[in-house]
Amino acid sequence: MRFVDEFRDPQLAKTLLERLHQRARQLPFSAEKPMQIMEVCGGHTHAIFKFGLDKLLPPQLEFIHGPGCPVCVLPMGRIDACCEIAAHPEVIFCTFGDALRVPGKRGSLLQARERGADVRVVYSPLDALTLARENPQRQVVFFALGFETTMPVTAVTLQQARRENLTNFTIFCQHISLMPTLRSLLQQDDVRIDAFLAPGHVSMIIGTAPYAFINHDFGKPLVISGFEPLDLLQSVLLLVEQVCDASCKTENQYRRIVPEQGNLLAQQAMREVFQLAGDSEWRGLGLIEESGIALTADYASFDAERRFAPQAQSVVDDPRARCGDVLTGRCKPHQCPLFGSGCTPHNAFGALMVSSEGACAAWYQYRHREEAPQPQRAAG
Amino acid sequence: MNHSKQQSSQQVITMAHGSGGRAMQQMIERMFLAAFDNPWLGEREDGARLALAELSQQGDRLAFTTDSYVIDPIFFPGGNIGKLAVCGTANDLAVSGATPAYLSCGFILEEGLPLDDLQAIVHAMAQTARAAGIAIVTGDTKVVQRGAADKIFINTSGLGAIPTAVNWAAKNVRPGDRLIVSGTLGDHGATILNLREQLGMDLGTESDCAVLAPLLAPLRALPGVHAVRDATRGGVNAILHEFAEASGCGMVIEEGALPVKPAVRGICELLGLEPLNFANEGKVVLAVTAEAEQRVLEILRAHPLGVDAATIGEVTSTPEICLRGLLGVSRQLMLPHAEPLPRIC
Repeated sequence: MRFVDEFRDPQLAKTLLERLHQRARQLPFSAEKPMQIMEVCGGHTHAIFKFGLDKLLPPQLEFIHGPGCPVCVLPMGRIDACCEIAAHPEVIFCTFGDALRVPGKRGSLLQARERGADVRVVYSPLDALTLARENPQRQVVFFALGFETTMPVTAVTLQQARRENLTNFTIFCQHISLMPTLRSLLQQDDVRIDAFLAPGHVSMIIGTAPYAFINHDFGKPLVISGFEPLDLLQSVLLLVEQVCDASCKTENQYRRIVPEQGNLLAQQAMREVFQLAGDSEWRGLGLIEESGIALTADYASFDAERRFAPQAQSVVDDPRARCGDVLTGRCKPHQCPLFGSGCTPHNAFGALMVSSEGACAAWYQYRHREEAPQPQRAAG
Repeated sequence: MNHSKQQSSQQVITMAHGSGGRAMQQMIERMFLAAFDNPWLGEREDGARLALAELSQQGDRLAFTTDSYVIDPIFFPGGNIGKLAVCGTANDLAVSGATPAYLSCGFILEEGLPLDDLQAIVHAMAQTARAAGIAIVTGDTKVVQRGAADKIFINTSGLGAIPTAVNWAAKNVRPGDRLIVSGTLGDHGATILNLREQLGMDLGTESDCAVLAPLLAPLRALPGVHAVRDATRGGVNAILHEFAEASGCGMVIEEGALPVKPAVRGICELLGLEPLNFANEGKVVLAVTAEAEQRVLEILRAHPLGVDAATIGEVTSTPEICLRGLLGVSRQLMLPHAEPLPRIC
């Protein structure tokens, strides 16, 4: 299959791995204190587990699975607010499939549907817009979730809704911006990240420039990576080469998709519809400055929270759950006391277990029988 | 294919069709009896009277199975709910080693179902059964009010004799057995997903819905076939887990050996799903001894329904199910908890 098989070629992978093992020996890191590479994106996490790339790495390297899965950092209180809106009898509540099973304090959207709410899975906000056109007597709410990857399509949908003067379509805005979170991670004293694999599809929208502060302010090398095994291996090799050469820059491995300047049309649509809106709560990470996204004044009438005014929900995560420590690389999924017992994909306690892109779900799915829970290794 | 969206003047199922009165009698006569026509049905008794002697000539055990069909949409590329209701139950008999002989069918019809749709479904059932040498010998029809069922639900039960020498069972699976699939994975699941979720992809695939008895019959004479199951809901992955559960063995599957059509692979790659978890309606998984492997593959490939048959892995004594990926790393193959949910970005 074109565009897939050529990026999974076992022979090429072997060549890359040989080179990687060779160069890794020149790194100032060891098996005891490996170079920690954070892959920010949930898509990367999934690919790493699916292809077992972490098992192929030289011992001097280690992946840390970062906060790049929008479902995983979704606070429980936000799900409660969604369920409250979905419970209105006139509402058709549309969501991406991933968010359906994320537990709030009062259950998930799936459970809301079981209780009678009209909750529907869509593959694009444009499908929700179609529902709004077809059901003028109903209120259609789209759960707009995700980073800069999904923001443009929400923006374009709202532009369309505004042109058509649709009054029965709103969005529940849970869009979040990635950069403030990376900055916040790097400012934490006990988090050690030596290099970053940056998300390919966010970068396709925003381009390469926004990452510069990671190099300049924090001295960490960064490579924007694709999602296939050869992409990821090549990106890791580029990071290792940077460290060996004592350089620190942003490199773009995913050139076939990511233009240096990003997608200007998408950026323009986002600027028209969205604005930064102060602090936002991230599940497991807490409040992060300037990471929230809200609608601009021109689009405020499409804000479902304005229309339905759900009660503000503040939910404190169970202190036993170590979601935040997993997200920041302080511990591995199976080192959390709830992993595999109180928290499984069938009965997820934390959001990292819900989405297939969450580090805990991937760990559980692909290897939970391999390693019994063990005491946490000293972080850093 | 747009059977259900014809003009409003068309005839539809009404509550009268289920009343036990004349409308019902007429429908049974004109539609069901005419289509399924056979001596047992012709007797018009409350139950079909089946000769034991004929069955006992064919074997020493009866296989008896039942299944209900509620698929949405009811018409799809490669078949409809009627064809599926015959194939599915016939296949449950065939993988028991039996020759599917008799079927019952129960219809639950929603008020408002176009008669043309019902006619097309009944026609497909009759044609599929007749082609496979199966007689639909008894049945029942109920009509429920609009909204109390979705268009049409069908239940079929089936009977067939199992030849004396045949003993296919999941508990017979042994370490060292080869795991074989009879063809490409996920054609049915991908086709239905594309339709139901209105993904609008031009896949060019159709459901693999087919009666597998003719494909499997020649294998009954072959020593070394330990277990056969049709990989419907839950896909091949579910069958591997059933084999493992019943036998206490493990399985190692080679990802590169899985036969998957490019279009099905494409939809899986796009949505982050696994072809191993997709439903099939015309594929079996077999566990056979290493000695029997080549002969089984030859027999399967000699039939049009088995041309893509392939060995996908091996049974092990370690009780876990692993998939060995293209880069040589093994990972656990777990059963998904519920329907796979597509990723969002």
